[in-house]
Amino acid sequence: MAGEKRGEFKGINAQRTVTVNRPRADVYRFWRDFTNLTFMEHLESVSVKDDKQSHWVAKGPAGKTLEWDAVIVREVENERIEWESIQGSDMISGGLVLFKDAPGERGTEIQVVMVYDPPGGGVGAAFAKLFGENPSQKIREDLRRLKQLLETGEIPTISGQPQG
Amino acid sequence: MKAVCWFGKGDVRVENVPEPKIINPHDAIIKVSLTAICGSDLHLYDGYMPTMEKGDILGHEFMGEIVEVGREVRNLKKGDRVVVPFPISCGRCYFCQKDMWSLCDNTNPNAWMAEGMYGFAGAAIFGYSHLLGGYAGGQAEYVRVPFADVGHVKIPADLPDEKVLFLSDILPTGYQAAEYCGIQPGDIVAVWGCGPVGQFAIKSAYLLGAEHVIAIDRIPERLRLAETFGGAETLNYEENEDVVEELKQRTGGRGPDACIDAVGLEAHGTGLGIIYDKVKQTLRLETDRPYALRQAIQACCKGGTVSIPGVYAQFADKFPIGSAFAKGLTFKMGQTHVHKYMRPLLERIQKGEIDPSAIISHRIRLDDAPIAYRKFREKEDCHIKIVLKP
Ligand SMILES: [Zn+2]
Ligand SMILES: [Zn+2]
Repeated sequence: MAGEKRGEFKGINAQRTVTVNRPRADVYRFWRDFTNLTFMEHLESVSVKDDKQSHWVAKGPAGKTLEWDAVIVREVENERIEWESIQGSDMISGGLVLFKDAPGERGTEIQVVMVYDPPGGGVGAAFAKLFGENPSQKIREDLRRLKQLLETGEIPTISGQPQG
Repeated sequence: MKAVCWFGKGDVRVENVPEPKIINPHDAIIKVSLTAICGSDLHLYDGYMPTMEKGDILGHEFMGEIVEVGREVRNLKKGDRVVVPFPISCGRCYFCQKDMWSLCDNTNPNAWMAEGMYGFAGAAIFGYSHLLGGYAGGQAEYVRVPFADVGHVKIPADLPDEKVLFLSDILPTGYQAAEYCGIQPGDIVAVWGCGPVGQFAIKSAYLLGAEHVIAIDRIPERLRLAETFGGAETLNYEENEDVVEELKQRTGGRGPDACIDAVGLEAHGTGLGIIYDKVKQTLRLETDRPYALRQAIQACCKGGTVSIPGVYAQFADKFPIGSAFAKGLTFKMGQTHVHKYMRPLLERIQKGEIDPSAIISHRIRLDDAPIAYRKFREKEDCHIKIVLKP
């Protein structure tokens, strides 16, 4: 996927790594079910068509959405998953996630590389804006939510609490 | 419900706010029976802590009765009486499982802010700025307690609130500070600051086998309490110009084997060092005023330990690293892993080894919190520890 094209790639390319205090097989299984990936802030939904193909819907500006179909191009159970969008999608996108045992009793290291090449025009620009100036920070926050969810079963929040 | 809210430097008010509700599955709602003002709340009151917002509910020392639990809370039920640890800890991350509860990975919704300031985020803290999570605090009639299933111990009915409330923070904080000293037979421990944490550090140092404890402060009431409650020998630094030399004289020229800085970022003091710090802090060039810490480092015996329960926020100038290095000192510091100490300290209270209520100097109604903050700030009427009843 991105690897071969990275040299000329002009879109959003972000990578981050996080350690989750859960066995590698559990973490892999969670991620492999792409419908779970909506912990990523910009994703509205992911639906799975068959063992390899999935349909992704991202939240766009002003209630608009960006959609694409993705296919798994390479996977090694409990080690890596690579996917990329199919031609004709709204957006070229792809991802690579690697799973590794953390040393000692520290759980699993997850390393994520995500690439998005939004279309031109207003929608694309707004989508790019969604990722902010630091797309890696977005991935960092996404991975933090993933970790919180996998370790505790909930995402901490203060919205809805009383205030003076 | 009524709650003590922060509105700015020197401005706290009792406001009417909506009651909290369960948001996450591990939440509980507690009806507060007793709460306290902490010395570290003064850092907020004095405007030293960034990311406070107008209307934030204060308070991280509180206890009460459970009135509602989320669907994942299985070990507590309505009617249980609990003391709430001030750090919010998930109980499932690596750090919680290694007994380092205040370094929890998963409870701060604003972890990115803490990472921006410190590089890493630790546990969120009730009522202590948005940097540390933005959770509403416990100086209120009701509080939402996240991860209520983790670390809360049910309090037996025969123990009054006043004896157990301080399990929430200052008792474990003083105890951890003393435990960090790694006290060996014959060790002399010096404690800077005879506020509540200092008092409990003194008491704990004796419980952990210290030969002797020297308590350092300038307020006579606090020094007296260090004698009567803690059994310490005292040193008033306003009467002794050279604290470091005085400590050497009292320890056969060796210096205390362990030094505890229970003062933190708002240290008072005398001499040129403190003026330098005050000027820089006023100009915001230095966030912390480490006067006590410098003395602790200079006084400490070779090979000794400096234990720091006092809160430091960011940068400290003129930190005598050369002295620390030359003497091969060990430093232990950080927020308290309260959950770790709840049960053992509760047992010590039940056995009568320590009665934490002895340090309470004022008992007031929640409505009077604004006056209490002001008086506590000015140390009028020797305010040592104020508890509030909602
Ligand atoms: Zn406190
Ligand atoms: Zn944790």
